[in-house]
Order: sequence, then C-alpha cells, then structure tokens
Amino acid sequence: MEKGEKVGHDWHADVHQALHDARITVVAYVPDGGHRRLIELCRADPMMRAVPLACESEGPCLLAGAWLGGQRGVLLMQSSGLGNCINNFGLIKAGQFPFLTLITVRGSWGEANPWMLYMGRRTRPLLELADFHAYEVDAAVDAAPTVTAAAQMVFACSSGAGVMLTQRLFGAKRFDQ
Amino acid sequence: MTNKARKSDLDRRDVIKRILSGNDEVLAIGGLGNAGYDLVAARGEHPLNFTIHGAGMGGAPTVGLGLALAQPRRRVVVVLGDGDMLMGTVSLATIAAQRPGNLAILVMDNERYQETGAQATATGMGVDLAGMAAAAGFRVALTLDDAARIDDAVDKVLRAPGPVFVNVKISDVPAQQLPKVRDGVLMKLRFRGRLGID
Repeated sequence: MEKGEKVGHDWHADVHQALHDARITVVAYVPDGGHRRLIELCRADPMMRAVPLACESEGPCLLAGAWLGGQRGVLLMQSSGLGNCINNFGLIKAGQFPFLTLITVRGSWGEANPWMLYMGRRTRPLLELADFHAYEVDAAVDAAPTVTAAAQMVFACSSGAGVMLTQRLFGAKRFDQ
Repeated sequence: MTNKARKSDLDRRDVIKRILSGNDEVLAIGGLGNAGYDLVAARGEHPLNFTIHGAGMGGAPTVGLGLALAQPRRRVVVVLGDGDMLMGTVSLATIAAQRPGNLAILVMDNERYQETGAQATATGMGVDLAGMAAAAGFRVALTLDDAARIDDAVDKVLRAPGPVFVNVKISDVPAQQLPKVRDGVLMKLRFRGRLGID
C-alpha cells in the first residue's frame, strides 16, 4: 500500500457526499495531491461553488464572509497552508464563526521530503492552539464519518475543527520514480 | 520617490457618505483602522456593516468575496485602507478569477499606516493598486484623485458590473475616530438577522 490507494473504497467520493449532506456550498481550496479527486468532485457539483485561493490565509476570511451571507463552507488545504492561516483565525474567533477545514498532512506517514516535516509536526498543535477540534483520519473507512461529525459540531456549535487526513490514508509522495 | 507631490486630498468621509448614506441595501465590510469609522460616519452602526479590527489584516476583500458569492443579488462594498489592501493584494487574483459581478473594493489611500504612526506605505512609493487590480482582471479598476470625478466613481462602486476596484487618493490628515462596536459576535448576529438568516 505504498501509494495509499485502497482499491474499492472511494473515500474521496464518501467525503464529497458528507460535505454535500452537510449543506456545504462554498469549497475554498489550495490544491494538494491528496485532495485532487475531492476537488474534482466538488468542482463538478452544481450545488457547490469551488473557489481556488491564491493563499490559504484567504480561507478563514472567505468562509466568514460566506457565513455572514448565509452559506456554509469548507477549506481544503495541506498542512503547510495551516501556517498561512494562523493570524486570520483571530477573525474566526472574534466573530465565533463556524470553521471547518480538511487538511492533508504532509510530513506525516512515510514522508520523503524533509521540507514538509516542519508543518506536518505542527498541524495538530496549531489546531489545538487555535482552540479547534483536531480529528486524525488514518483509514479510508473513517474519512466520511469524521467529516460528518466535524461538520455537525462546527455548524451546530459555531466552533472550529480540522480533519487531518494523514499520508497513511492518501499515500506519501514518491520521489524515486 | 521622496517628497512626491500628492495628487489629491479628497475627504474620505465625503466619498463614503456619497456611497452609503441612506443606502440601506448595500452590504458593507470595513477593514482595519479608519475604514470601520468610515462606515459608522456614513450610516451609523448599521446592521449590514461588518468591520474587522486587528486580526484579519488584508482579509476584508476576501470576506467581501465570500459574502458576494453567498448573496449574489446584493451589492457588496468593501472599504479598507491602503496598508490593509497591500497586505491583501493576493486576494486581487482570487477575486478576479471568480468575477463576482456584485462586489466593489474601495481603498482609502492616504499613503500612510495612519493607525501606527503615519509611516509611509508602498502606494506613496509608486505602487499602483488600481493597476494591480486591472492586471488581475477586475472589470473596473480606477484611481480617483479628482473631486470632479467622484460622482462617476461612486456610480461605479454601486452599480457597475464587478468586480470593481476604486483607489481613492485621500488626505493624509487623520480622520475623526468615532465610537464603534468591536464585538464580532454582535456584528455577525445583527448582520445575519437583517438578512433574515437564522
């Protein structure tokens, strides 16, 4: 399972369905390989507006604005992007805005690029410093239920949550091919 | 670029009042510093004002984008200073790519970080914010530095197909600070309440 592909279990489709069922209509993202299929599914969903961001720091702001206007959103990014968001989490906290992010954690299971380790090691601590719930998903079968649970809490409690999708789930990037 | 003669000394409060006074339908986002007071000066503590204070510098245009996408039938006007906009220049690309027809960005450009001691910003050193917005793909992008053109600029902010970007060259004399709600939860709830969102 070097590349993390679990044949027969399309967890990206499950997660897309979970986002759809949570009535999420704004999907902000900075691409990551681990999110590739989910981004494609969201872009193809007529009920979702997929918004590519130039920088992840825009994510909390975009989702706060969407919430002011009555829509629910999610931010898809990799662990490096979390560092770009930190200051703008102050806006989320000051307004008690709901905030849901799905983070592919580079620098986790089997990482081959030393430059990714820094934010990979800091993903959970930074989520917790921001007073967000941090959920870790290692197995495909857990991905969608975790997203469903996180979304339910975020929007019912106006709180924040990060779902950390590890490389044990989506596979480490290979540099030897 | 030192001692460059200022091109204009427009009054920020005059400009914002022409846009928002008596205009109860516009959804207004205010950036850091004086931009929040601009909204209050124009139409008081209006429920459709939401202002950012500190955390979120550079973020007001993207808050406006999220709001504009969620409320496509409403006009959204974002007011912010030049230092704030400089930090958020990355959002010019994000906004232009989405082409929100109902979004206008209004920069009050005094070429100063007025709140922190009036240090010079890059806009006083030749950086052209409207030029950056135009290059990104804003459908309207202009610099307002002539009182005779205020009416045209106001009309574009309120009615031109967006995204609209207007950079107003204003006086660097500090504007009056006004009593202002800084409770983000209060502003959020009254904003959604006025829009009829539970």
